[in-house]
Amino acid sequence: MRRVVVGPFNRVEGDLEVHLDVEDGVVVSAEVAAPLYRGFEQILVGRPLEDALVIAPRICGICSVSQSIAAARAIAAFSGLEPTENGARATALAHAAENVADHLTHFHLFFMPDFARSDYAGEPWHRVVSERFAAVKGTTARSFLPARARLLEIMGIVAGKWPHSLAFRAGGTTRSLDLGDTMRLRAILADVRAFAEGALYGRRLEEIAEIADLAGLDRLKGDASDFAAFLRLADALRLAEVGRGPGLVMSFGAYPGTGRGGEPLFRPGVLDVASRTRTSLDVDKIGEDPSRSWLAGAAGPPGRASSEPDIEREGAYSWAKAPRYDGRAVEVGALARQLVDGSPLAAALTAASGGANVAARVIARLVEAARTLVAMERWIDAFERGAPFCVEGAIPTDGSGVGLTEAARGSLGHWATVRGGRIVRWQIVAPTTWNFSPRDGAGVPGPLEGALEGLAVGEAAARSPMVQHVVRSFDPCMVCTAQ
Amino acid sequence: MDPDRFSVLWLQAGSCGGCTMALLEQGRRGVFEELATHGVELIWHPSVSEETGEEARAILEAVEAGERRLDALVVEGSILMGPGGTGRCQILAGTGRTMADWVTSLAARAGVVVAVGSCAAFGGIPAAAPDPAEATGLQFDGPDRGGALGAGFRAKGGLPVVAIAGCAPHPGWIVETLAALAADALGAADLDAVGRPKFFADHLAHHGCSRNEFYEFKASAERASDRGCMMEHLGCKATQAVGDCNQRAWNGSGSCTDGGYACIGCTSPGFEAARGFLATPKIAGIPVGLPLDMPKAWFMALAALSKSATPRRVRLNAISDHIVVPPGRPRRGGEGGET
Repeated sequence: MRRVVVGPFNRVEGDLEVHLDVEDGVVVSAEVAAPLYRGFEQILVGRPLEDALVIAPRICGICSVSQSIAAARAIAAFSGLEPTENGARATALAHAAENVADHLTHFHLFFMPDFARSDYAGEPWHRVVSERFAAVKGTTARSFLPARARLLEIMGIVAGKWPHSLAFRAGGTTRSLDLGDTMRLRAILADVRAFAEGALYGRRLEEIAEIADLAGLDRLKGDASDFAAFLRLADALRLAEVGRGPGLVMSFGAYPGTGRGGEPLFRPGVLDVASRTRTSLDVDKIGEDPSRSWLAGAAGPPGRASSEPDIEREGAYSWAKAPRYDGRAVEVGALARQLVDGSPLAAALTAASGGANVAARVIARLVEAARTLVAMERWIDAFERGAPFCVEGAIPTDGSGVGLTEAARGSLGHWATVRGGRIVRWQIVAPTTWNFSPRDGAGVPGPLEGALEGLAVGEAAARSPMVQHVVRSFDPCMVCTAQ
Repeated sequence: MDPDRFSVLWLQAGSCGGCTMALLEQGRRGVFEELATHGVELIWHPSVSEETGEEARAILEAVEAGERRLDALVVEGSILMGPGGTGRCQILAGTGRTMADWVTSLAARAGVVVAVGSCAAFGGIPAAAPDPAEATGLQFDGPDRGGALGAGFRAKGGLPVVAIAGCAPHPGWIVETLAALAADALGAADLDAVGRPKFFADHLAHHGCSRNEFYEFKASAERASDRGCMMEHLGCKATQAVGDCNQRAWNGSGSCTDGGYACIGCTSPGFEAARGFLATPKIAGIPVGLPLDMPKAWFMALAALSKSATPRRVRLNAISDHIVVPPGRPRRGGEGGET
């Protein structure tokens, strides 16, 4: 058995190092390390409460709106404030723009370039895929990047700028949109739709959003779209058979009030993938275990935790803690969100191969992007003219609150406690903290660690592109993982 | 590597990645085409390059050994010296060496060193108290000269660290600075006292603010989403912070103040030290932070005068989230109207 190190692991957001123990060309065990620590949870302590709205988004440049929203909801949770209807809709719109931009950035810039590598030069699909997706040089960036910038123009209208906006408050958003603004938002989404229905999907967004089974995906495989190119190479490389998830998935629910009957567009919950048992989310079952982290303290709920460095902690190998739900490792992200929401396609993708896998994660992300874009068009039409976007109200000087949201990469929670108007505790559990968790005190591996176990890497070991695919299928955001 | 190209190695130190996310917004044909237009070649960027693991390490090692020319080292994020000066708050994955060590070593090989964002420039948010990771900028630690490379550092080309401040900077600031460096058009005289390119840093964020009429009349916003000037009550520092922020469109049309919230002075060294970003600190009801280079007595006199002369339209619109009184000559018995 030999131990190999993969790093710097690029085309992820932030810093990642992966250690693999390889025997006879197969990964026996993996350790996933977050090698960056900045100490945001300490920086927040002692500050006036609303400074969190300045500090928290700066944890992450790729999901800053999610961080803002979680912080604003934590404040809302103990102040009793609620966003106005327009404010909630504007928040959802900006949040969706970020999440869709992230999904598409992952596909075009982070994930697909690995298939352009010369490792695959002999494959029949390689020439086209490398022309389209070669890192920096591929043709896809020329159409995708301007479309991404256009999508993010929603931020210019709703939130001033991106990343790192102060527009998201407990009571709504700070910029009231007028009639011209809503027409401009329509035009932006029409342009993004034109891009997506062109090179990316080659079909109507609605058609992608409504795919309900594997046969529906099969019907796309003859298309000239980039999505179809992925589906074909996923079959050829059997990407549905690698990167098995831990069997439990979770979602905090996305875009509150925008779904049927006032529910979130994507419902919250916890799902056991094998048994299809769906339970409602119980936040009290969430715990964090720093046993293998360079952090002091013992396992416990985030609302009572701290994050003091202990660089000498024995057995530690990551700055991330190990979050667990009822003691179990959990996968979060677009696939988890779609499974929990009851998407028949997500169910089919995981049933066929016995669990979450590389292909299912990528497909779920692209289908979710289509579902979200369709919903966004609807939200724009629902702004109520003349009604407020933001309310203010008295914020108690003492209290505790939990702010939950779904970032592109999955479930994000902020656990805040305030005394005398000052923050005394602010603990954050981010999506990739779940997915790229280290082992816990009982030795249970995190989802990626488990997903890498049993992976055939052959002689290439650390250089195996299959390692790249499995890791990137989660779309890790390491800067959120250990703040 | 093309010898005519301006080679850029981009590293992410203690960063959130937001500067790179901003960078990716630039260019009608996408940022890669835009950089190519300016003759800039990314020899490695952690977010977009193909090379990973040992391939990436080989690039860094070749530059460090002097085997590969490096025109510009671009650093995004604070340099983390902690805990206890060890730098172990950030190990460059796969190398066993601290990022602080890599940055110092590679900086010595670079024609110019560029700090992208206020973290790399001055320390930024990670350097905020209690500064858990002992974060610093490349050549400034907050407002103090020094930082990871030291006050006396000059890159091979002779420039101190070029500081594209901002959190995150406007993507145009990043690309235009790199383009000017590639064209050999940016010299020491083009940088201000803390290394910020003057083309954006010789302005104040306040210049071009759509709320300027409210500012002139001291018609102040009282709540988030009010249309009035945010300086008196809501913490806005745009009259003190440098940047042509309100002369450029952010994400197509926006800016912080246009978005309805205060400028937090993110281009300034040490901006993270503020407490209570969303409220204006006052002594005896008077804001502590007055516009840069304006005598306090003058400001107070002008403010009193302009407040007394504020038109009703400006006064009422300032405390509303939409225009309640349109412009127009006042009519008898009413407001607004076009005649």
